[in-house]
Amino acid sequence: MLVAAFTWTEFAQQIAAGVRQGAVFAGLALALVIIYRSTRAINFAQGEMATFTTFICWSLMNNGLSFWAAFPIVLAIAFVGGIAIERTIIRPVENGPVITIVIVTLGLALLLNGLMSVIWGGGNRPFRGPFSTRTIDVGGVPISVQDIGIVVVSFVLVALLALFFRFTKLGLALRAAALNRESSELVGVRVGWMLAFGWGLAAVLGAVAGMMVAPILFLDPNMMQVILLYAFAAAVLGGLDSPIGAVVGGLLLGVGITLVGRYVGFVGDVLKLPVALLVILLVLVVKPNGLFGRVAVRRV
Amino acid sequence: MSALLQLDGVEARYGPVKVLHEISLEVGRGELVAVLGANGAGKTTTLRAVSGTVRRTGDIVFDGSKLPRRPDAAARAGIAHVPEGRGTFSELSVWENLRLGAYTRRGSVKEDAQHVFEYFPRLEERKNQQAGTLSGGEQQMLALGRAMMARPKLVLLDEPSLGLAPMLVKEIFDRLERMIAQDGTAVLVVEQNAALALAHAARAYVLEVGHVVVSGPSEELRENESVRRSYLGY
Repeated sequence: MLVAAFTWTEFAQQIAAGVRQGAVFAGLALALVIIYRSTRAINFAQGEMATFTTFICWSLMNNGLSFWAAFPIVLAIAFVGGIAIERTIIRPVENGPVITIVIVTLGLALLLNGLMSVIWGGGNRPFRGPFSTRTIDVGGVPISVQDIGIVVVSFVLVALLALFFRFTKLGLALRAAALNRESSELVGVRVGWMLAFGWGLAAVLGAVAGMMVAPILFLDPNMMQVILLYAFAAAVLGGLDSPIGAVVGGLLLGVGITLVGRYVGFVGDVLKLPVALLVILLVLVVKPNGLFGRVAVRRV
Repeated sequence: MSALLQLDGVEARYGPVKVLHEISLEVGRGELVAVLGANGAGKTTTLRAVSGTVRRTGDIVFDGSKLPRRPDAAARAGIAHVPEGRGTFSELSVWENLRLGAYTRRGSVKEDAQHVFEYFPRLEERKNQQAGTLSGGEQQMLALGRAMMARPKLVLLDEPSLGLAPMLVKEIFDRLERMIAQDGTAVLVVEQNAALALAHAARAYVLEVGHVVVSGPSEELRENESVRRSYLGY
């Protein structure tokens, strides 16, 4: 197969597109990691939760709200909804085996998917995003305003979360509850609520990812399913229990896949997803802890 | 004055197995009380019953009111439990561990941390180190320091001497006595090393298969024929 001539401008554009994709993967991967750290389970409903909240945004906008007016409302709904899901659906199986939790999240994904079809109907529809798609010149490289906007929004959110986890008492308690449940209870942390809070944060991350990609992908109940697979790959690549890993993994995967799709002739657009799955496989075989996964340091 | 902690007919079980039978004991304000006994006698479970980390029945009154059976509630009431294995967060830094100790309190923690560092200067040197990289003795210091951060009325201490060199054990118990004298904290300590415990505690309870079999002031227990033979070995 013939590959078009290489130019640095186009290469830079591809990188930018990759970073934009990666930012979305990173957000969703981070959501997976937050839940994985506290429950040791992968939340297969993460994609559907994100799409559901994106639909809420769509409804709000249809009722006359601007995107940026709807945005905080959707985040609040996502946060409360995430907490409610943990308290009602996950809590009864919280102390059960991991596989039980995983299957419950699969069921939740199906449930949400069905609900979306019932409420909003199937089929995809355009979603008017907050950013213009016109390109601007960044150091000689044309990049769309939308791409820049998505990256900025995603990283502001990740940075805020990082500051929250690192510097607040509540953030510390959340980390502690994920690391050692019993010790956290002994210092007075309400661990159950911390897990719920983690679900709330994950839902917010998902909502932002959903609202960012909807203008590109068109909105339908299955919108986030493929993105979720990429997010799995990103999370595994970074090390499932490392938040930094999720972000770095997301970016590497986004850029990597875009470049491979563009410059490796036979991959093109169709084989990008298998490449991501290959990444999961390779990481699990070669370096199961991922790039940043925890290697326990312990001396007794 | 009534006791700070009073257990009355407390029972506890792990699944179908009952491990505590009708335990009654009390700890006064600023008192160091030891719980002695062989492996499996229910010493650790006694502490767990107080902090609510095991299913229990019976009455526990703490500081004048009934103690709810939830570990976070016990912590809020002023009970700091240093469990078996010390319960430090090995992935978090020394400072973060101390910060978590004060989780139930509002306001600044700097002063309290300074207070802990006076007791255990080693912790200040290792403030930013991951707790998991500390030596066993330092981890025990961190566990105690973290308990102190809560300004507790009562510290529950499980086997503080376990796996530590005699020098370190002496240091830990010296600090405990200082904590009791300076801060008025009460301590309920579980110890395998009966001689050590009786040397420091005002009173002690001896458990056998989940029952209190002997109790009294430490001097008396040291003279007690059966205690001497079973636990002190002379």
